[in-house]
Amino acid sequence: MIGIATGIFSGLFGVGGGIVLVPMLVLWIGFDERKAAATSLLAILIAAGAGAATQLLYGNVHLVAALTVGIPAVGGVLIGTWLQQRIPVALVQLMFSGLLVVVAVLVVIR
Amino acid sequence: MIALAIIIGVAAGVLSGLFGIGGGILLVPVLALVLGLDHVEAEATSLLAIIPVAAVGAWRQQGYGNLDVRTGLIVGVFAALSAIVGVALVNVLPVEAVRYAFGALMLYVAWRLGRSAISQLRADSAGAADR
Repeated sequence: MIGIATGIFSGLFGVGGGIVLVPMLVLWIGFDERKAAATSLLAILIAAGAGAATQLLYGNVHLVAALTVGIPAVGGVLIGTWLQQRIPVALVQLMFSGLLVVVAVLVVIR
Repeated sequence: MIALAIIIGVAAGVLSGLFGIGGGILLVPVLALVLGLDHVEAEATSLLAIIPVAAVGAWRQQGYGNLDVRTGLIVGVFAALSAIVGVALVNVLPVEAVRYAFGALMLYVAWRLGRSAISQLRADSAGAADR
């Protein structure tokens, strides 16, 4: 149910799955923000893998550009996950809710 | 330009790790506006870039004991399948109207998450004061 909703929203609005998925894991399943983020990343890995495989077939993927942003982002995710373990769960959730407001505005004005 | 792309790449990764999102929210604009890809290419390329980020993030989270592998696998497979439905719906639905509804829904969710976070933070600080 959550997976289906995530996929439909991300396909519809071009938002990544995580922004939809994490709140559902928190509000519906009762995960805390760390567990929700961890589980969301695994789900994103699968969904992005399937998406990327399809797009590779269409020839839309630029490998050099992907590496240019992807390698620094791997460094960033190490920092982000490390940081997340050291910030109170409720504070992470409050920051996430701020991020949602930003994304809501971006979706509407796009 | 490359330096800017690298810096924003790091920022995307930090957001990804902190919040469990893919980071496409920063990666797509940087690929399009800084590295000059068109919109479709930027979306496609960001999906590839997200793979190692999500893999490393999930692996680290597993180390911290936060990962629910079963839920992640199930949700991921259904999300991958239903993304096809979402893409198909874009061509049928009045997307403009749906977008406002989606924005409103996200604001509502933000309010609920924010409210519960604030009450937890208050309870924590009250608990700390008692000790």
